[in-house]
Amino acid sequence: MERTILIANTSNMPVAAREASIYTGITIAEYYRDQGYHVAIMADSTSRWAEALRELSGRMEEMPADEGYPAYLPTRLAEFYERAGVVSTYSGTEGSISIVGSVSPPGGDFSEPVTQHTKRFVRCFWALDRQLANARHYPAISWLDSYSEYVDEISGWWQDKSGGRWIELRRGIMDLLQQEGKLQQVVKLVGPDVLPDTKRIVLETCVMFRNAFLQQNSFDKIDMYCTPEKQIKMLQIILDFYELGLENIKRGANIHQIKKLKVVSMINRIKFTVSNDDIDKIDEIRDELARSMKEIEEMFE
Amino acid sequence: MTEKKIGSGREYIGIEEVSGPLVMVKGIHNVGYNELAEVIDSDGNVRLGMILETSEGAAVIQVFEGTSGLSIPGTRVRFRGEPLEFGVSGEILGRVFNGLGKPIDDGPPPKEDMRMDVNGLPINPTAREYPREFIQTGISAIDGMNTLVRGQKLPVFSGSGLPHNRIVAQITRQAKIIGEETQFAVVFAAMGIKHDVASYFIKNFEESGVLGKVVLFLNLADDPSVERLVTPRTALTAAEFLAFQMNMHVLVILTDMTNYCESLREISTIREEIPSRKGYPGYLYSDLSIIYERAGMVKGVEGSITQMPILTMPNDDISHPVPDLSGYITEGQIVLERELDHRNIYPPIAGLPSLSRLMKDGIGEGMTREDHAHVASQLFSAYSHVKDVRALAAVIGDEELTPLDRIYLDFGERFEREFLSQGEYENRDITETLEIGWKIISSLPKEELYRISEEEINKYYGKE
Repeated sequence: MERTILIANTSNMPVAAREASIYTGITIAEYYRDQGYHVAIMADSTSRWAEALRELSGRMEEMPADEGYPAYLPTRLAEFYERAGVVSTYSGTEGSISIVGSVSPPGGDFSEPVTQHTKRFVRCFWALDRQLANARHYPAISWLDSYSEYVDEISGWWQDKSGGRWIELRRGIMDLLQQEGKLQQVVKLVGPDVLPDTKRIVLETCVMFRNAFLQQNSFDKIDMYCTPEKQIKMLQIILDFYELGLENIKRGANIHQIKKLKVVSMINRIKFTVSNDDIDKIDEIRDELARSMKEIEEMFE
Repeated sequence: MTEKKIGSGREYIGIEEVSGPLVMVKGIHNVGYNELAEVIDSDGNVRLGMILETSEGAAVIQVFEGTSGLSIPGTRVRFRGEPLEFGVSGEILGRVFNGLGKPIDDGPPPKEDMRMDVNGLPINPTAREYPREFIQTGISAIDGMNTLVRGQKLPVFSGSGLPHNRIVAQITRQAKIIGEETQFAVVFAAMGIKHDVASYFIKNFEESGVLGKVVLFLNLADDPSVERLVTPRTALTAAEFLAFQMNMHVLVILTDMTNYCESLREISTIREEIPSRKGYPGYLYSDLSIIYERAGMVKGVEGSITQMPILTMPNDDISHPVPDLSGYITEGQIVLERELDHRNIYPPIAGLPSLSRLMKDGIGEGMTREDHAHVASQLFSAYSHVKDVRALAAVIGDEELTPLDRIYLDFGERFEREFLSQGEYENRDITETLEIGWKIISSLPKEELYRISEEEINKYYGKE
């Protein structure tokens, strides 16, 4: 809290002040940036701000454009988001502003003007998904709709952390998630039983990835924060599960044998059981995984 | 126009134009926005109105009691020089008022300790206290999955024909804070509802013996729609007085917010404003927030205001502007589902779209029980899987499902029949709710319980 500044304009306060509050916030951020701080600004919610803009514009009897918003809405949005960035200050240090803006589209409709224009001016987009939220999958960030254009810029950092494995791991799991999206359409029509086991292992891996990795419990002492090192190890073990499982299936094992392995629930619980400074334990679970898969392998030799 | 001064106000003879509930006056000076005006017809009857718009020498007045019978030359307008106020004191408890705060129960006007502006003032965000006291409503679907806390605003999203009134009545009967004896005072604002709905609530308050702690504001379906715009404001003024001056815990029920928004749209159209979605004015969000934000707790004051607005979603459409904007302001929502109602499950509270944003801070060790958050999360996650399985079963048939999915189907059925469903007069305490939760969770294999910690499984799984 000592490092936080809060600009509060609750929804029952005057709208004119709501329009201004976003500028007040970013101006303060710039003040600290110029002193060489790295500042993060959360604007919640830019839709409310745009609605304030619309309300004032309506009162001034300006000609409305899309959904009653003024025609200068995209310009204003761009002006705001472009105030983010890294600068070298006059004193020779480096300062930065990162903007995290939340957009709350009416009816969850991403095609409305504020969402659409915002997406034109930002390079990273986290789409919250209503279905995930309903299932209390927290954080409800949709893995297929969200994107970041910064992947190339940051991959160097991640490669260092992961011993050069990150790009490959990320590509591997994204590939599986894409496949799962397509397979789910089939499953919705005819059920998972008709899929060959080589495809069902994809579904199983993605379920595991969702439960063990993507879904976090912000109230659990261990699970609330997951270090990059732990993330990499978790991702690694999940992909191992897929690869070893797939090999065994090709040898003749069936999906239920693999699903029933004790190690599966161990992997699902890593997020609760292995703390961030004790991540070598994941290696033990990884050995256990290799051992159980080996046992299945031997059955088919 | 002649001007004559009576007391604090100024009176003008003759008006310029009448259109719907609005009256235009010209040749006046120095009247304020939102100021109260008395419109006096040729026979001397007084109707109250409020200034909607002023410009140089002219004003638009919105007349609460309707404008029929007003003549252009014979009508007099008196500007009171003050906004609409409501005279409050402890005596308002147990009384019935109209939307403007006039008693309509044939009793004498209650004593006035002070007069309060019905428009209220925004509470300074830093003066607010964070709500975290668990209110036990005795309804499992609410206590277990969408917990209500003191000072929260939690609307009920319903549809026509669904039993929202029964649920809210049950909550007012049963709501209590664990370990406290105090009962809630209830402020009930009826906006455009039918007469029999109003009498249902009154009868219910009588039966449960809380009528002495209820203040009713009635603006029924056939009452002037302009008055409907003031009704929630007057009611909340009463609630603020009871909570912040008399240190009472107040539960405010606003029903039905959709009717309120309809009136807002009606007036906006007459004023020829540029409409936004579905013809509702662009300021619908700001207007609703002024009502909803008048809930909460203030530091250093004992009392609190908990709001339960009811709104019916036209055509059961949750993305309609009224529920959509309400959902953005309020701290969650309780959604009623027609399918459950058809299957005779009471209360038909939809498992997945319902949500209480303040739940996380009002539950857990010391407040409810240490496993509450995990149990709720596990139930949500399993029930959401049930929905997927059901969709699948509808296509391929139950027989084709995997054994695990069949277990989930059973789980879903039990969840709805044993956990969600309960009697209208059944008051379950939180331990009972969690035990039922564990009972049905125990029908799932242990490996499926990703959201529950191992110790909790050892402690509660499979225990009767």
